[in-house]
Amino acid sequence: IFRVFCWCPGAGQDVGRSCILVSIAGKNVMLDCGMHMGYNDDRRFPDFSYITQNGRLTDFLDCVIISHFHLDHCGALPYFSEMVGYDGPIYMTHPTKAICPILLEDYRKITVDKKGETNFFTSQMIKDCMKKVVAVHLHQTVQVDEELEIKAYYAGHVLGAAMFQIKVGCESVVYTGDYNMTPDRHLGAAWIDKCRPDLLISESTYATTIRDSKRCRERDFLKKVHETVERGGKVLIPVFALGRAQELCILLETFWERMNLKAPIYFSTGLTEKANHYYKLFITWTNQKIRKTFVQRNMFEFKHIKAFDRAFADNPGPMVVFATPGMLHAGQSLQIFRKWAGNEKNMVIMPGYCVQGTVGHKILSGQRKLEMEGRQILEVKMQVEYMSFSAHADAKGIMQLIRQAEPRNVLLVHGEAKKMEFLKQKIEQEFHVSCFMPANGETTTILTNPCIPVDISLGLLKRETAIGPLPDAKKPKLMHGTLLMKDNSFRLVSPEQALKELGLAEHQLRFTCRVHIQDPRKEHETGLRVYNHLKGILKDYSVQHLPDGSITVESILIQATAHSEDQGTKVLLVSWTYQDEELGSYLTSLLKKGLPQSTP
Amino acid sequence: FFQYCLSGHPTLPCNVLKFKSTTIMLDCGLDMTSTLNFLPLPLVQSPRLSKLPGWVLKDGSTFLDKELKECSGHVFVDSVPEFCLPETELLDLSTVDVILISNYHCMMALPYITEYTGFTGTVYATEPTVQIGRLLMEELVNSIERVPKAQSASMWKNKEVQRLLPAPLKDAVEVSMWRKCYTMPEVNAALSKIQLVGYSQKIELFGAVQVTPLSSGYALGSSNWIIQSHYEKVSYVSGSSLLTTHPQPMDQASLKNSDVLILTGLTQIPTANPDGMVGEFCSNLAMTVRNGGNVLVPCYPSGVIYDLLECLYQYIDSAGLSNVPFYFISPVANSSLEFSQIFAEWLCHNKQTKVYLPEPPFPHAELIQTNKLKHYPSIHGDFSNDFKQPCVVFTGHPSLRFGDVVHFMELWGKSSLNTVIFTEPDFSYLDALAPYQPLAMKCVYCPIDTRLNFIQVSKLLKEVQPLHVVCPEQYTQPPPTQSHRTDLLIDCQPPAMSYRRAEVLTLPYKRRYEKIEIMPDLADSLVPLEIKPGISLATVSAVLHTKDNKHVLQLPPKLPQPPASKKRKRVSEDVPECKSLKPLLSGSIPVDQFVQTLEKHGFSDVKVEDTAKGHIVLLQEAETLIQLEEDSTHIICDNDEPLRVKLRDLVLKFLQKF
Repeated sequence: IFRVFCWCPGAGQDVGRSCILVSIAGKNVMLDCGMHMGYNDDRRFPDFSYITQNGRLTDFLDCVIISHFHLDHCGALPYFSEMVGYDGPIYMTHPTKAICPILLEDYRKITVDKKGETNFFTSQMIKDCMKKVVAVHLHQTVQVDEELEIKAYYAGHVLGAAMFQIKVGCESVVYTGDYNMTPDRHLGAAWIDKCRPDLLISESTYATTIRDSKRCRERDFLKKVHETVERGGKVLIPVFALGRAQELCILLETFWERMNLKAPIYFSTGLTEKANHYYKLFITWTNQKIRKTFVQRNMFEFKHIKAFDRAFADNPGPMVVFATPGMLHAGQSLQIFRKWAGNEKNMVIMPGYCVQGTVGHKILSGQRKLEMEGRQILEVKMQVEYMSFSAHADAKGIMQLIRQAEPRNVLLVHGEAKKMEFLKQKIEQEFHVSCFMPANGETTTILTNPCIPVDISLGLLKRETAIGPLPDAKKPKLMHGTLLMKDNSFRLVSPEQALKELGLAEHQLRFTCRVHIQDPRKEHETGLRVYNHLKGILKDYSVQHLPDGSITVESILIQATAHSEDQGTKVLLVSWTYQDEELGSYLTSLLKKGLPQSTP
Repeated sequence: FFQYCLSGHPTLPCNVLKFKSTTIMLDCGLDMTSTLNFLPLPLVQSPRLSKLPGWVLKDGSTFLDKELKECSGHVFVDSVPEFCLPETELLDLSTVDVILISNYHCMMALPYITEYTGFTGTVYATEPTVQIGRLLMEELVNSIERVPKAQSASMWKNKEVQRLLPAPLKDAVEVSMWRKCYTMPEVNAALSKIQLVGYSQKIELFGAVQVTPLSSGYALGSSNWIIQSHYEKVSYVSGSSLLTTHPQPMDQASLKNSDVLILTGLTQIPTANPDGMVGEFCSNLAMTVRNGGNVLVPCYPSGVIYDLLECLYQYIDSAGLSNVPFYFISPVANSSLEFSQIFAEWLCHNKQTKVYLPEPPFPHAELIQTNKLKHYPSIHGDFSNDFKQPCVVFTGHPSLRFGDVVHFMELWGKSSLNTVIFTEPDFSYLDALAPYQPLAMKCVYCPIDTRLNFIQVSKLLKEVQPLHVVCPEQYTQPPPTQSHRTDLLIDCQPPAMSYRRAEVLTLPYKRRYEKIEIMPDLADSLVPLEIKPGISLATVSAVLHTKDNKHVLQLPPKLPQPPASKKRKRVSEDVPECKSLKPLLSGSIPVDQFVQTLEKHGFSDVKVEDTAKGHIVLLQEAETLIQLEEDSTHIICDNDEPLRVKLRDLVLKFLQKF
């Protein structure tokens, strides 16, 4: 019996950040290393003291896996590897490896340069951290060491997002990271094969929402943008530079073209153009349609969307601006928001989830008077809209993934407790598997009961299969073998081979029974009678009458001799080995009953 | 374990491997050297080619003059060009379960196999292989269909007729296997059967075999394949390179511990150093252009051309060529240049790093941006307006028999200012030039073949140490033109097994073991016994389940007790089941302890006699005799079943069961 430990320093019933520790068959793997965007102090990073109190991270962890480039999944990585200290391998996909350091640097700049915080990682630390990263292909089996292997599956969600299978021997865990099961305008749907892991660790951000159709949401979004622009208002869409932004850009670009609209669309900061470039170069990670047509037209070369300049925010007239970051917690999006918030003609559309404590979260929960830095009060008159464009799997999607992978246990993370409880019940009802939802810092232990693979000698296997299918399928076919256990190797061989390999001689156990029967005839005649009798009964056996007068039934030998004292009695010597025990025993009791009266 | 060899061309292999219960085709290369026997297909009406005299036999018969034409002192077939297919009769190709493709050059026969043989299996290839392979096929189909030819010659193929023809037609082999090019619908149908795979991905076939592609370093997405079960490993090495060009480096470590290593696709020009050839290419190109001439580079639309463009990118400014236009003409030129930029994950480390910046991995993006490199689908249309001389033209096909290159040969062949530079190693350049002779233009031969040479092969074999090597027969002897070069062959121990077209090889390995899984509840029920220090054993009696080639041992179900029947059954019904096996026994019985045990169990009249080989234990009252010897025990008794069973069990206590 083996155990899968699952310890969540920061991904339990909380959408804030992901960081999970899994122990499987003695291997320790850390899944994601996210930071919490809602905190500005030490609480934003996971607490690694659970591990470090007993020694170094590098000694304890066999590897670290990052599912995608969102900061709530990789934001604490430089802190973890450079400040706490970890030198082992870190695995992520190529696009994640390309984009992750840029987002980290971006975030570092906002935190250190703008807010003036000091206890934070440096640019050099990000670089050093990325040197420890090993990029993986989709479906590539990466052998971390002799026993531990990992494999990435496509997860949708954002460019380069992946689910990971972690496997040691027969035991395996699948970690989904964030994923979505429906293709969108630029990415495909998550996919996994029927890998039957012992445990599936799934995010559950949208545990209960079964979202209305994508098309409706898109129409709604376009309608709102269009109406605001028509009445001369400005639309602010706070986004993260990579991900949703590209999907919404494609959406607006095609809408502008179709409706022949003239209002300018801007995309803020230099990162944007760069971001679109990543999409162009990693186009194999986007959905089928974009991939097929990219030679004729690269979807990420926009005609209507221009780079934003800070001065444009004060321009009169309608415009649409995509600005980073997505939760209005800092940077350009917050600056523009402050400028436009006072005008009720304007609109802010929040296209994704906002963490508690951010301005985004506050205005979405209905707060209209915000306290800004320097005790300024900002009154929000502009319209606030929330549109869920985040590419997370909804309850339906999570169920679908479980159906695909067929796990033996499910563990839900990265969601809100109440919603998770609902989903947990649903999963247990529908799939009859155990479902867990650990709190932060809680350890879940899951018992697995793996099969034991052994080597079987081909001779033995062939011997067994050569007997062929039994006429009666209900009768189980028994096979006999000897399992040799030497060091850590298990080999199943035939008993003969086992004896030979061990240098042991076979010990033959033989029985000879004297059976007395009344028969006055000559010995050879008695023999013949016995032969005919047995031949008549044992139709499935080979019964032979040998020239010397003895009889064989298979390998059992029967001889008729005269009784030394009584001429009317004959003694039948029945002789068999232990291997023929049943037949021998049967024969003696059969012969004891005597021979039939009539001579044939 | 058999290998069926369907192609005799060492760099365009097509082999079928019977491995365990699966039939696996390794590559399906198309031998296109057959096209050299055909007349070129001109894009523009060519007065020269259309007025060639028909060929007349020595005896004056003219029945072949429609099919065969005399041109530049050689005889060519005037027909749609044909390719030499892999062998299709050696085995029933509809039984092939999977096809593994190693690189885009080795899949050109795919439509012939998947569309005409009843093939119903799956093809596995990497994404770049499929995308670029599609481009190569598209270009091929396009360049042949653009010049419709009414006639398809077949009379000359008659064995009796072929005998009478001049060389090389007389010596052309397998002419009955020559076929016309496939069509785009066939290409699409064939490609739809491909499943995409990534490097180091483990693909299970029917539970019996696992196949894995590994980076081979030769081209974008090119792979070697590992075909293995739990106990046997076959490595298929096809088109590999150790040079640092644009693709990801070759994965050598994973080839270790192979039982058999099949080695194909070595360099076709073992004596030429690719780096030196690139240098010669550049200097010849520069010299011609400086003298006001044009340069023609017959090439495939993908592969080495990326490296050549990169070299030129670094070279043109220093060589003062920045104003010379470079033209890349192919129906797939644009696609090829675009596709090359999106396979970051399949590129070498340097190029990957560029993508992380993010910048396009290949500098031809910049050449296009600065208008130094222009690409066109064909010589018709925009190209004719933009065309400026002197210039450099990259275009296909390297055989010089079809494609836009035919036009440039006709156009530039008469001037000694111009140069044609051959870089592709697949065709003999002299044969390629034959129908264009006499030529005034300069011809330079700079074959660039980055595949493994024999020195690299012997290093590789030393490193990965396969038990056996299998290779095409060409690699076991020096090249026919350089018979003294005994270094130009594969040298290994034991000597490589060689194959030739239409041969069946039996691969030398023997399986001894198979994997089986023991269910947890059965494992729990086993009682291991330590026999020797460190070695334990347990007897297993279990039910064997076999499904999809996976074997599982389960705990035998508890048989329900047969209901006690009221009527006494007839004797014959009690006949015991055939072959209910008892374990083997081992050990020996110490006579003193045995006697003690007997006494403990109530036998009071035990008498022991010594014999030559052991002892005889007598139970006098029961008239029973037990012979004890080193390796045997014989119980001789009257027909007293309870007594016998009791003695049996006492004896068994002293013995180990197997």
